[in-house]
Amino acid sequence: MAKLLIDKDTCTGCESCIPACPFGALSMKEGIAVVDEKCTFCGACVDICPVSAITLEKEEKAVTIDITTYKDVWVFIEHEFGKVGSVSFELLGEGRKLADAIGCKLCGMLFGDQETVDKFAKEAIAYGAEKVYVMEGPLLKEYRTDPYAKAAVDLIRKYKPEIVLFGATTQGRDFAGTVATTIEAGLTADCTGLEIDPETKYLKQTRPAFGGNIMATIQDYPNYRPQMSTVRPKVFAMPPRDDSRKGEIIRETLQMTEDQVRTKIVEFIRGAETINLADAEIIVSGGRGVGGPEGFKPIRELAEVLGAAVGSSRAAVDSGWIPYEHQVGQTGRTVRPKIYIACGISGSIQHQAGMKTSDIIVAINKDAEAPIFKIATYGIVGDLFTVVPMLTQEFKKRLGR
Amino acid sequence: MKIAVCIKQVPDTTDVKIDPKTNTLVREGVASITNPFDEYAVEEALLIREKHGGEVHVISMGPPQAIEVLKNALAVGADKVYLVSDRAFAGADTLATAYTVAKTIKAVVGDVDLVICGKQAIDGDTAQVGPGIATRLGIPQLTYVSKIKEINLEKKKIVVERLLEYGREVVESSLPALLTVVKDINEPRLPSLLGIKKAAKAQIPTLTAKDIGADENRIGLKGSPTWVMRVFSPEARGGSGEILKGELPEVVPLLVNKLMDTKFIK
Repeated sequence: MAKLLIDKDTCTGCESCIPACPFGALSMKEGIAVVDEKCTFCGACVDICPVSAITLEKEEKAVTIDITTYKDVWVFIEHEFGKVGSVSFELLGEGRKLADAIGCKLCGMLFGDQETVDKFAKEAIAYGAEKVYVMEGPLLKEYRTDPYAKAAVDLIRKYKPEIVLFGATTQGRDFAGTVATTIEAGLTADCTGLEIDPETKYLKQTRPAFGGNIMATIQDYPNYRPQMSTVRPKVFAMPPRDDSRKGEIIRETLQMTEDQVRTKIVEFIRGAETINLADAEIIVSGGRGVGGPEGFKPIRELAEVLGAAVGSSRAAVDSGWIPYEHQVGQTGRTVRPKIYIACGISGSIQHQAGMKTSDIIVAINKDAEAPIFKIATYGIVGDLFTVVPMLTQEFKKRLGR
Repeated sequence: MKIAVCIKQVPDTTDVKIDPKTNTLVREGVASITNPFDEYAVEEALLIREKHGGEVHVISMGPPQAIEVLKNALAVGADKVYLVSDRAFAGADTLATAYTVAKTIKAVVGDVDLVICGKQAIDGDTAQVGPGIATRLGIPQLTYVSKIKEINLEKKKIVVERLLEYGREVVESSLPALLTVVKDINEPRLPSLLGIKKAAKAQIPTLTAKDIGADENRIGLKGSPTWVMRVFSPEARGGSGEILKGELPEVVPLLVNKLMDTKFIK
């Protein structure tokens, strides 16, 4: 077991470690720091202690696998409704950098029926994959946990990639959790930064936690491989597409029959919105300040002119003014558009958790003291029912719409 | 119908602030709450029990003070609650946590018809433990569930709606199964006065690693493939926080200029 050791004689009781602990595991007792069971051995206190009184004793794990047999960076190519998820291409772009830093190949992993596999394997190659491992068949036509997990587990066990990346989408997160548990590999969720340690060549995965209030860098112990991550969409840029690239397609057969699949998709009900929050480059959001369901009318009008999706704060959803799928924030969706226009949203920490990584944040609020102004790139203090229609008019004029 | 619900105690992140001097998380006076998504999980289990009969077993893994969230579950009407707590669990990542919770379900509930979890916890935000538990228990998973359309106990099947990026997927699955639920699924009830009284008096069983028959190599830090190298504050937003001052007929075109300059508007 790992231990956090606090040297009683060295500790000066300065208390600087106490706020440094993200888990609240440190407290003062008789003038020296003590640790309780909330400690996760993250080491945040070790770095902060001015007198180096805190040390972390990590148990060395017996290396039971030969990690030199694990090679290459794999990216899961997800698709839905006949289209590859853009996050998969973003990951091929980032995966390229990782593969170059390690000195290995970049590969895609793709499942589907024959038609989709043929088409999307070519696309994966155009975006940088040198090899694409595929399985095809009617069972794999649409994403379902059972056949996809079986396919991925079999491929990973056979070909032993050292890194496997998935998009942190509903599909990627449903899928990766199952695969990692089955092969007993590490999995880091919703990463926003990936880097190869220049010395060890291990993957360093950085992700937000506590609603984005802290960032953590996570690594896998060398006795577990592959290193797996789900990665937040829109964090990495789309790589250039080059259809002249050549790559190898490796086909394997799925060892599963339909009666072994425990779920069946009955139907899919498309959302009513034409522009989806997950894809939107621009989001116009309304909060408590819109005052009622009809208050979303000016919000929708501005969104329409801008080709934007409509978002909302929790307050507006809980009041029944707009359906839940529009909710941005901790108990809703996390979004990262280029422009986020918050109208009548005060900007609670929970709301911020879902949108504060947007490139540009515009705040429109009557209350000049609203916390949203603290994170806004631009703000206008004013009534949204006056400001938003004026913005709509002005954009219409400029865009000629 | 035997239902197991997995819940987690989390800090109420509304109160989590960064100390501008030390640039670290201020935890003082931060209240602990039941993970919001888990409240929907408990409520859904209670609703299913009302319709189909059965028992609702609620499990939480965490430090001794996590007993509070189990008391809340008892107060709203859970039949049985269990805390699984052991110093040996410290440092568990999602793989070790899923193993521990799955072992607990097997040890205290036995054969379940349904396991319900929240879609994710608001502190770690991983959404990995639900699928992990399903895999460990060898049962199918239905994640992001926004509605249960049908439960047929004789035919051992369930039909649910899953809330995905582009709409709702209606899926049929065999039972037993594990669901992770989103906020849209219900509105959690408040505890009754009687419930609160009953919960206050209740002795909540605490299980250790030994009680659940856990393999010591698969729990805590030892059973975790991942470790946290470093924790730090995110970079402050580049947001200049520029408040455009003046009369609206001047300010609105100014804002439009600034946004048009970004080239993001096409």
